[in-house]
Amino acid sequence: MATIHTDLEKEHLAHHEHVHHDDDHHESFVQKYIFSQDHKVISRQFLITAIIMALIGMTMSIIFRIQLAWPGEKFAFINAILGDKWAKDGILDPNMYLALVTIHGTIMVFFVLTGGLSGTFSNLLIPYQIGARDMASGFLNMLSYWFFFTSSVIMIGSCFINDGPASAGWTVYPPLSALPEGIPGSKLGMTLWLISMALFIVSSLLGSLNYIVTVVNLRAKGMKMTRLPLTVWSFLITAIIGVLSFPVLVSCVVLLIMDRSFGTSFYLSDIYIGGRPLDNMGGSPILFEHLFWFLGHPEVYIVIMPAFGITSEIISTNARKPIFGYRAMIGSLLAIGFLSCIVWAHHMFVTGMSPFLGSVFVFTTLLIAIPSAVKAFNYITTLWKGNIQFTPAMLFSIGLVSSFITGGVTGIILADSTLDITVHDTYFVVAHFHVVMGLSAIFGMFAGVYHWFPKMFLRMMNKKLGYLHFWLTFMCSYGVFLPMHFVGLAGVPRRYYTNSNFPIFDSIVDINIVITICAIVGGLAQLIFVFNFFYSIFRGEKAPQNPWNSNTLEWTTPMANIHGNWPGELPTVHRWSYDYSKPGAERDFIPQTVPLQEGEQDGGEH
Amino acid sequence: MKLLIILAIILLVIAAHQLLRVIELSRSLRKEVEWKPNDQDNNFMGKTMIVFLVLFFIFFFWQIAHWGARTLPPAASEHGVLIDQLWDANMLLITVVFLVTNTLLFYFAYKYRGKSTNKATYFPHSNKLEMIWTVVPAFALAFIIIFGLKYWNQITAPAEDKDKIVVELYAKQFDWTARYAGKDGKLGETDYRQISGTNAVGIDSTDANGHDDILVRNEFHIPVNTEIEFRMRSRDVIHSAYMPHFRAQMNCVPGMVTFFKFKAIKTTEEMRKDPFVVNLMSITNKIREKEGKEAVEFDYLLLCNKICGASHYNMQMNIIVDTPEAYRAWMIKQRIAAKTMAAK
Repeated sequence: MATIHTDLEKEHLAHHEHVHHDDDHHESFVQKYIFSQDHKVISRQFLITAIIMALIGMTMSIIFRIQLAWPGEKFAFINAILGDKWAKDGILDPNMYLALVTIHGTIMVFFVLTGGLSGTFSNLLIPYQIGARDMASGFLNMLSYWFFFTSSVIMIGSCFINDGPASAGWTVYPPLSALPEGIPGSKLGMTLWLISMALFIVSSLLGSLNYIVTVVNLRAKGMKMTRLPLTVWSFLITAIIGVLSFPVLVSCVVLLIMDRSFGTSFYLSDIYIGGRPLDNMGGSPILFEHLFWFLGHPEVYIVIMPAFGITSEIISTNARKPIFGYRAMIGSLLAIGFLSCIVWAHHMFVTGMSPFLGSVFVFTTLLIAIPSAVKAFNYITTLWKGNIQFTPAMLFSIGLVSSFITGGVTGIILADSTLDITVHDTYFVVAHFHVVMGLSAIFGMFAGVYHWFPKMFLRMMNKKLGYLHFWLTFMCSYGVFLPMHFVGLAGVPRRYYTNSNFPIFDSIVDINIVITICAIVGGLAQLIFVFNFFYSIFRGEKAPQNPWNSNTLEWTTPMANIHGNWPGELPTVHRWSYDYSKPGAERDFIPQTVPLQEGEQDGGEH
Repeated sequence: MKLLIILAIILLVIAAHQLLRVIELSRSLRKEVEWKPNDQDNNFMGKTMIVFLVLFFIFFFWQIAHWGARTLPPAASEHGVLIDQLWDANMLLITVVFLVTNTLLFYFAYKYRGKSTNKATYFPHSNKLEMIWTVVPAFALAFIIIFGLKYWNQITAPAEDKDKIVVELYAKQFDWTARYAGKDGKLGETDYRQISGTNAVGIDSTDANGHDDILVRNEFHIPVNTEIEFRMRSRDVIHSAYMPHFRAQMNCVPGMVTFFKFKAIKTTEEMRKDPFVVNLMSITNKIREKEGKEAVEFDYLLLCNKICGASHYNMQMNIIVDTPEAYRAWMIKQRIAAKTMAAK
């Protein structure tokens, strides 16, 4: 085994040094910045695309939040954005409301938190932290980004067509998504949605396969699996889940395309719509739900696990302590990864699925709480007796732990099929998944950007703006989503254009106003980040070699973004990445490249 | 006007640019880095953590105090009472976990805020601690799973009472129809190809059981303390029959029939006198008064809870829970109405 490994490394080294020599002279602008095969450039491409998508998704949410808080009132700016067709006199159209909800969900889940988070940080950190010159296949990596880009363009483009974009909810349950008579968004908009998602899946698979192969084959000498930073572990497991579950979404999407365009009946049966009975017989929408959630549930872990990895690294570095329970952290990632694939039907307790099947999924779903609890407690223990450096990245990491707990505990309620009956598809669910998945993952992403900005752009972001951004974001997030639980407990269903058609829901009118105001303030706070980000790219302070006194390998590469990462030989790894404040050491960190002293134990070994 | 706005924006950008230059210059004079947290920052952020924790919990309890009364009233069905009990137990448990873990998190962040003279303690792992927080949650979850599944099995078991009443809830874009059996006590078979203006729910004309079926819209009645078996169907897309006050919900899926059963324990009149409901309605009516809307009385509701199209938000039907006598009287009236309709 060991010899095979070295051979691969040698081959890799030789190959890359060759490439390295001619690349410096021949790369044109297009090769270097547009159709680049360099993981660092691709990572930045993913990040900037994701930031733009996130801003679009966020603006959509603010528009429909305004509609929910002040239904029927006129807002000139909504008319200015959406035009007369979708917001006559500044009042949002019900179909457009559903379209915004749908596209907001799709963009945030897939384009920001899957493409953006994994795409940015797996690309940036896997080669850097395992000590590789680049991804296993730079070409596939480039393709992955351009598929992602194309699918983003199609998704955004679908918002500008005559009938409006897909509007059957981000879960696109048929028959609503299959029947153009059901809702205007199920005409061309839905077709574009499906094409965009198919391309997205291609991008995701190309990326994931690349990540797996790279982590397995291209680790530097001495980088055993038990010495890998938790970031890389989390990216690896995320990629594996992605490879296992995204193909099922392909089949799900293809069958829906068949039903929509070629007259099959996979999901359709006994339907009378538009004044006539349809010919379709024998299909079942429940089949779609199974196929969709077979990806859909692992998907939320695809979203959250990279955020876990990023946070583990940042909390350990900035608490100046080893991450508590390194092996337990790996174990819990593996457990969560495995369990995430066998819990999908907890989204379907009240769909008419067999109640017995429901009980099985109650059991598996609640099991996930155990590894999740281990993670939360391990994070908290890592802070204990630390020497905490409050960088903006650290603040967002602590924010992640808080929101992960707060949103996680309500998951225990929802996973219990008995309790789910009451709050299924209400705002309680919306609040739950936004806190546990939306907030935690986006906090992880922010943390990652603040922490690895110097590696990406060779400059530093401003800390004070970072602090302001964190506190506004953090407080507004809870200001939005804690009250939302109460809206759900009042029995308000999600995806309602207005709640004013039911007298009983008048009691939550002012809760909705609180939520919307927090959402607007929180949305504006993101402009601080956008400014800090773009300003720092050009005019931030020059980054030193190792700004956070970190142990991992990326900080041993020169601050220059050179092709092949290390100018000379690849580094050799001698220890795990969490030797912070080790007794007997001179400084409070020992980089992974420093050999073990005589009699010294490697932290990852036990 | 537009030119003016553009001009203003350009001026703003220039002003911001100049301001940034000034800041940059002063920074380079002070020779201080603007990215690395110093002891002062750590101290300030650490203390802010505690302030946040306090505000966070105040906000949390304030919401319970102020908005707790706006949540759903106590369950009005037999199994709903069980759900509420289980809900309260689970909610208590997770609230404790939420409070304790958040306290630890923010307190540690405050207590161990960095100082250049301090050094962290090297504490990479402890099998004992990790064992504790694997095993304790496991036991808590065992409790949750066992009780949850026990109730779940009861709730989803088939309706078996001899005097049960079968009600079909038929969903379409964007309204509900309730169907009751006629004198024969049997609902007729259905066939979606026979749906027409006069046969709204597609009763199969070849099945004699269906000839006296009764269709009801806008509101439907059920008797108190009687098991009701709901059969849900849909004409077009997936809908969901959500009756929050009874803790009842089941999707209506085209191509299949789904079931849910419950026994109401309070008539509409009784529910209107429930102290929780009285308080809730006074809150609601106060808000309505401010908006210039007339006061309303409490009613049980059937809502659609699965996105079904543009008017999804307005797909509702009132449910009236009667005493058995009132229900029988209502039913007779419906039968007579159905007969006269048929005679026409």
